[in-house]
Amino acid sequence: MHRPLEPVSYSTRIVLGISFFVLFFAAWSIATLGGYVSRTFLADPITMLHDGWMLLTRFGFLSDIGITVWRVVGGFVIAAAVAVPLGVLMGAYKPIEAFLEPFVSFARYLPASAFIPLLILWAGIGEMQKLLVIFIGSVFQIILMVAVAVGNTRRDLVEAAYTLGSSDRGIVNRVLIPANAPDIAEILRLVLGWAWTYVIVAELIGSSAGIGHMIIDSQALMATGQMIFGIIVIGIIGLISDFLFKACNRKLFPWKLA
Amino acid sequence: MTRTILTIENVSRTFPGVRGGAPVRALEPTSLEVAQNDFITILGPSGCGKSTLLRIVAGLDRPSGGRVLLDGREIKGPGADRGMVFQSYTLFPWLTIAENIAYGLREKGIPKSERRDIVASYTDKVGLRGFEHHYPKQLSGGMQQRTAIARALANDPAILLLDEPFGALDNQTRALMQELLLGIWERERKTVLFVTHDIEEAIFLASRVIVMTARPGRIKADIPVELPHPRHYTMKTSPEFSQLKAQLTEEIRAEALQADGAH
Ligand SMILES: Nc1ncnc2c1ncn2[C@@H]1O[C@H](COP(=O)(O)OP(=O)(O)O)[C@@H](O)[C@H]1O
Ligand SMILES: [Mg+2]
Repeated sequence: MHRPLEPVSYSTRIVLGISFFVLFFAAWSIATLGGYVSRTFLADPITMLHDGWMLLTRFGFLSDIGITVWRVVGGFVIAAAVAVPLGVLMGAYKPIEAFLEPFVSFARYLPASAFIPLLILWAGIGEMQKLLVIFIGSVFQIILMVAVAVGNTRRDLVEAAYTLGSSDRGIVNRVLIPANAPDIAEILRLVLGWAWTYVIVAELIGSSAGIGHMIIDSQALMATGQMIFGIIVIGIIGLISDFLFKACNRKLFPWKLA
Repeated sequence: MTRTILTIENVSRTFPGVRGGAPVRALEPTSLEVAQNDFITILGPSGCGKSTLLRIVAGLDRPSGGRVLLDGREIKGPGADRGMVFQSYTLFPWLTIAENIAYGLREKGIPKSERRDIVASYTDKVGLRGFEHHYPKQLSGGMQQRTAIARALANDPAILLLDEPFGALDNQTRALMQELLLGIWERERKTVLFVTHDIEEAIFLASRVIVMTARPGRIKADIPVELPHPRHYTMKTSPEFSQLKAQLTEEIRAEALQADGAH
């Protein structure tokens, strides 16, 4: 048996990781193909793949995927561009923190999805509304988490920099930011995951394109195969973006691993 | 007597009590004059206010009373004219060894080519050639502290402050580090204020040992060390050294006992 915290080899890790997917699909196949679950409610894996293929080749699902990815990335980039500098300032300067923190903490708990009806009223069901949903859902989370990370910067590093002649600006630019850059990247990776949820919800409620729109359309047709395919595509894109983010972080912050 | 570079005038420090507790009197009014090119060690039991005093000189903490003058000017905050080496490892983990040593020079806006030469010279002086492109995490504690010393010296401060810089190192490494630091001092005669609770270390390095009392700290004795330079580690077994050590051990023992009894 394995001891607590004992590492596993790389190959074992891969094999174990894949075997869960295999088990998952096997259980799904038995439940559906074995006739234990009605086809109306749950398509079997083969139908799902077939429907997916049809979606991609016949119904232009690729452009839906493209639109959804574009929305997530767009909204997320805007949120990050606003939130990271604000978070750094909040973490670094306590008066700014005292000023913004109570509001941001409150706004963080406002569910982005609940804003959708209001946003439709304000911005229609166009791209602006989608971007706003993602923006509202991400911006406060990023601000707060970045502020906490920056606020927890090792004091002795800051003091060392002061004794080496850093100005206050120098402390922010050449200690607080680089010291927390890996944490900030990790925060962005986490929030990007949540942004995916917001965009799909926004597309489910009011949209004429996108993965969420396809899923809600398929519901009308009782096409569970298509719906499941859409959900799985979201999962796969999430996995890919996560992987890319991690690879980038490893490249950008070699000192974290050294 | 050479020129006085640093004057500590009746500096005291009282920390406000936490959660309604009584305020902590860490440092009684303390005065000390440091001559240029001197190597002064401050020796005292732990908790006696050594770090507090050094941090006030560095400008990282404010005295409750009194003032500190460097070259006749009152210290208001931290600055590049007072280099500091801390007990904890404070190299910037995101910078390589060479970039760490160059940090202060970069903040001063010294051009890259000049920076490179200074960094190379200090990398050599602390024996870290070949490690320029390593990250701090990849180095042992002793190597990290050598880098920290090089980083402080590369900035060419008027005075070098060291707060138990070798406190976390094993005995062998500590002895080597003492020789390395002393060697640099013997060549460059940078003014040094070195805090320690290790009696041997205090004697071996110093031209003057300042002994502090238990908390609240104040200066109890000011003992010149007349041992000749250059010093070699074998000196630690010489009769003169042993005599000084016996004297200081008595002084410190009394304080340690008092500190222990007070708790
Ligand atoms: N920031 C602080 N707040 C409250 N008490 C402190 C603070 N810093 C130090 N002290 C207290 O002041 C006393 C002296 O501390 P310090 O200067 O670190 O001693 P030393 O370096 O000689 O071990 C200790 O009793 C310590 O608990
Ligand atoms: Mg201390």
